[in-house]
Amino acid sequence: MTAGSSHPRPSETPLSHRIVLNARHMPSYSYGHRSPIWWGTLSFAAAEGMGFVMVVGAYFYLVFINGNWPLSAPPPDLLWSSLFTVLMLASIWPNQMAKRDGEREDLSRSRRDLVIMSLIGLALLGIRVLELGTLHVRWDQNAYGSILWLLLGLHTLHLATDLGDTIVLTVLMFTRHGHGKRFSDVGDNAFYWYFVVASWPPIYVIIYWFPRWW
Amino acid sequence: MRRISSILLLLCLPLAGCQGWQSALDVHGPAASSLARMFWIFVAVLATVWVLTMAALLLSLRRRRAADADPLVTDPGTERRMTITISAAIGLTLVIVVSLTGLSYAAQKVLFAHKDGTLTLLITGHQWWWQVTYEDPQPNRVFTTANEIHIPVGEPVLIKLESSDVIHSFWIPNLTGKMDAITGRQNQIQIQADRPGIYRGQCAEFCGLQHAHMGLLVVAESKEDFERWRNHQISSAIPPSDAEHQRGMEIFLSKPCIMCHQIRGTDAGGKTAPDLTHVGSRRYIAAGTLETTRGNIAAWIVDPHGIKPGVDMPTIQLEPNEVQPLASYLEGLK
Amino acid sequence: MTRTLTPHDVDAVPEPTRLATGERGGLPGVRSAADAPPSPDELRDDQVDGLELSARLAKTWGTDKGLIGALSTVDHKIIGRRYIVTAIIFLFLGGLSAVAMRLQLAQPENELIGPDLYNQLFTMHGTTMMFLFGVPIGEAFAVYLVPLMVGTRNIAFPRLNAFSYYVYLFGGAMIWVAFMLNIGPDVGWFAYVPLSGPEFSPGKRADFWAQMITFTEVAGIAVAISVIVTVFKLRAPGMTLDRIPLFVWAELVNSFVIVFALPAVVTASAMLILDRLVGTHFFNPAEGGDALLYQHLFWFFGHPEVYIIFLPATGWVSAIVVTFARRQAFGYIALVLSLIATGFLSFGLWVHHMFTAGLPQLGASFFTASSMLIAIPNGIQIFCWIATLWDGRPIFRTPLLFIIGFFFIFVAGGLSGIMLASVPLDSQVHDTFFVVAHFHYVLIGGNVFPLLAAVYYWFPKFTGRMMSERIGIWHFGLAFIGFNVAFFPMHITGLMGMPRRVYTYLPEMGWGNLNLISTIGAVIFFASFVLFLYNLASSARRGPMAGPNPWDAGTLEWAAASPPLPQNFDRIPVVTNREPLWANRDSLPVVTGLSVDNREQIVSTITHGRADLRESTPEPSIWPFIAAVATAILFIGSMFTPWAVVWGSLPLAVALIGWFWPKMSTEDER
Repeated sequence: MTAGSSHPRPSETPLSHRIVLNARHMPSYSYGHRSPIWWGTLSFAAAEGMGFVMVVGAYFYLVFINGNWPLSAPPPDLLWSSLFTVLMLASIWPNQMAKRDGEREDLSRSRRDLVIMSLIGLALLGIRVLELGTLHVRWDQNAYGSILWLLLGLHTLHLATDLGDTIVLTVLMFTRHGHGKRFSDVGDNAFYWYFVVASWPPIYVIIYWFPRWW
Repeated sequence: MRRISSILLLLCLPLAGCQGWQSALDVHGPAASSLARMFWIFVAVLATVWVLTMAALLLSLRRRRAADADPLVTDPGTERRMTITISAAIGLTLVIVVSLTGLSYAAQKVLFAHKDGTLTLLITGHQWWWQVTYEDPQPNRVFTTANEIHIPVGEPVLIKLESSDVIHSFWIPNLTGKMDAITGRQNQIQIQADRPGIYRGQCAEFCGLQHAHMGLLVVAESKEDFERWRNHQISSAIPPSDAEHQRGMEIFLSKPCIMCHQIRGTDAGGKTAPDLTHVGSRRYIAAGTLETTRGNIAAWIVDPHGIKPGVDMPTIQLEPNEVQPLASYLEGLK
Repeated sequence: MTRTLTPHDVDAVPEPTRLATGERGGLPGVRSAADAPPSPDELRDDQVDGLELSARLAKTWGTDKGLIGALSTVDHKIIGRRYIVTAIIFLFLGGLSAVAMRLQLAQPENELIGPDLYNQLFTMHGTTMMFLFGVPIGEAFAVYLVPLMVGTRNIAFPRLNAFSYYVYLFGGAMIWVAFMLNIGPDVGWFAYVPLSGPEFSPGKRADFWAQMITFTEVAGIAVAISVIVTVFKLRAPGMTLDRIPLFVWAELVNSFVIVFALPAVVTASAMLILDRLVGTHFFNPAEGGDALLYQHLFWFFGHPEVYIIFLPATGWVSAIVVTFARRQAFGYIALVLSLIATGFLSFGLWVHHMFTAGLPQLGASFFTASSMLIAIPNGIQIFCWIATLWDGRPIFRTPLLFIIGFFFIFVAGGLSGIMLASVPLDSQVHDTFFVVAHFHYVLIGGNVFPLLAAVYYWFPKFTGRMMSERIGIWHFGLAFIGFNVAFFPMHITGLMGMPRRVYTYLPEMGWGNLNLISTIGAVIFFASFVLFLYNLASSARRGPMAGPNPWDAGTLEWAAASPPLPQNFDRIPVVTNREPLWANRDSLPVVTGLSVDNREQIVSTITHGRADLRESTPEPSIWPFIAAVATAILFIGSMFTPWAVVWGSLPLAVALIGWFWPKMSTEDER
């Protein structure tokens, strides 16, 4: 190989600065899509949503392979799961309040909203445990049982982690840390809860109604 | 010029080696030959693309041009010419890709078109051997053998593929492409040989410890030879003709061999290992691993794990004087 | 030298509205604490200058000494360096296992390595190269370079980033320790069921493989998200979408592919582990499961995986071609759109790995078309790079040599890929050495050669010293020859009927000579890496000093010192051109007004790159490391008892609370 016609001109010293902008008066945090953490939460929701999509895809793949569904078991009962669904959808209202009061940086209302959301989360987890008792199939019985438990387990995992998150944040808001950027965290916590809520109705329909229609 | 032709010659050398009893380019069946033809078309087209691209790259590196210039300044005329050239190149790529897709699709339709044949085989992949069942409308003409298939020349043979354990892949490159044998499913593939000959294949999907030793042979022969072979295979094993074979049979029947192996016409009725009724007529034992000789059979019985580590066949306790009669009996099962 | 600016000086600077949003912190009409002016006693970077500013910022952004300090660091450069070094160590381990395999195959019926070890070797080779080297190396370079290239001081979510590194390290260490103990996985890097299932792989071997997937994919997704948010929100003011460096675009698209592809393999490996450990039946046909479900899930990830390995390399190629062609990239928009198109198309190809599984023929031919179609965006990229060189004034240094090697090898691999995209042709060459040759041309050509170029190119930035050109040329020559001698003959071996993953073959097969040639090539190729290692070690200690911009390159990482100070830039640059350093040769336009004593950086808007917030980024913390240890305990424990998921989540929860619990920082005191 021959050498090129020109050579780089390496610079030995850093460039001097020319100031063209002052950030001194810019805000130190913000809400929603202006804040990096919101994009982080959205990205995690995308990755986890993709996980749900894969498991749901596997569910229908198994339906397609087997033809008869739900294999040898009766469809799961509707009582607890429907109650769970109603409560889940109802939680949108206090969740929206929490988000709004967080953005208003209203400490006492934010505390109240977070306590309500924690209690709702605990109630949902309790219902979920009752729900698991009415599935009429175990995970090690057949492929239908396996995919059913996986789908529910995946959603329960999200429910539990967000509940943990909410409880820690609630405690935090009752300490001296409850100001400033924490309000932005309240908004992001509410945002993630929307993801947990939004992922549920399709799963509910697939698990509880689809086998009845098939 | 001379240098180029000698390089070409050098490149062709290994291709001459593509002659072989397990080669995709040494074709002996209609499917393999249409695949090989298509392969060479692809090679020609794609090699041309490669040579042109690399020529463009080398020219771009060797090109003389003005010395120092600002890397941010570009000449609109050059930009336009390069845009046109690249657009043309992309258009050409698209044409090539679409044509090759069309060619591939046409070949695919021919390759997988179902031709009517009379012979249907059920081949079951096992860790690490092939069980072959010749199906027949008459139940008494159904028989099972292992690791060696005979087919009549010039006839399409339908092969149903199943697996008893993990996924295997059935592949006789001289005749056609491969097809997987998948647990819980049945796949189908047709093979056809144009010329008499022996073609080798081996499992192409990794299936565990002895994936490397899971070969099988396809013996393509004339219709008459094939029918003779088939009628012989349907029959039970030849009774021992001399004292040594007699003793070999007694040893076989008194040992755990019978738990897994079958020799039709005797009490040995195991079904989990290769059928040995006519094992002596097969060219190889242990799934294409050893040629069928008395010595190899003896070696295999004495130490299967030395030859094929991990194989299911256990080491059977034999007295030294039992090996010879046993091997000679099995070899005699023509 | 050191002139102290007064606030008055800076207030006089006009604020161009196109560079900043001027929006307030909270909701309209709400008085937000975010808008509180910085405390007057807090030092800002408009009040100091020169060396004093550098030194003070270096103290603020620095990493503490000692073990705790090292494990607590959140500096993207330190984590990125560890990531790169770890990935390259895994590259060497994977290479060693390949050399061992080649020695075994050098002659028929060789007895050097038995089937059990051989199967572990190729499983470890594939697993290491794909999961512990291929995916992480691209992300590792992103962790180091993306914040520098977009002109910020740290990656978004630096603690998550540190956590990811440790999780990746623990996952890789776990599987290699298992291999050293002779209980390494032996089911191939894609671990097809039922071979990897409970019935045919008893013991823990396949569990190590499946859990290694969980480790690396958790890490991979988390890093990808950090990179996405860094590119979205932390770009220097003025870096509009069309001024983002091509390397950063490549890493951004790559991160999206990771976020959407990796969940598929996590699903597959989770189902595998559940089948193995708690008796589910996802893949058991006897109970309504299906073996091909695993293959669909795996390859839905597995094909994008190839592009996860290739996309960062396109970033390296773009950066190096532009610098050494001494011309801005030709067809920037086309290159970016090709990257995005490649990212999308990579999700529509997976079935071409399953052409011999007996799927419906019409469906299969759809995947022929889509697989061939991906040649178009890749072709656009190749042609644009050649055009850039054509119209440039190329300088032949080692990085460019490796890029030329990349063109030769990768294009050949891409074209043989077109053969594999054809269902009928694939039925002959699938699972043979032809495929082995093909994907090594694609992966080594498409990733390793650009990687070597990238190491030669950025080594001065990482260490402050140049690598030896003389050894570099020898390294390139040996690598190029060794690679081709090793892998070209495999095309022929495969056509002659040699399947992959066989530990030996019979002499009468006639494959002996070609295999011997491949082995000789592999040894030469490995020798080139030994030379590379020597070059790295000797240059790191004795190489000539580099200076901030030894190649006279145009992107922002070359504005920082070599190696960069902890704060990267004393003031955040303002970007006016795609190649900021070529456009601003005399002085760099910058932002001021950020804290000197707190870790503040600029958050900007996604499309226009307008400065929006001055947000503080997390301090060092030991909790990510502790959380990674807790995660490792949970994952490894769950291989032995499902209850580990329950008790293992307790220490993890404690670690996470510690991680997110705010410290007594100035932010909280105000």
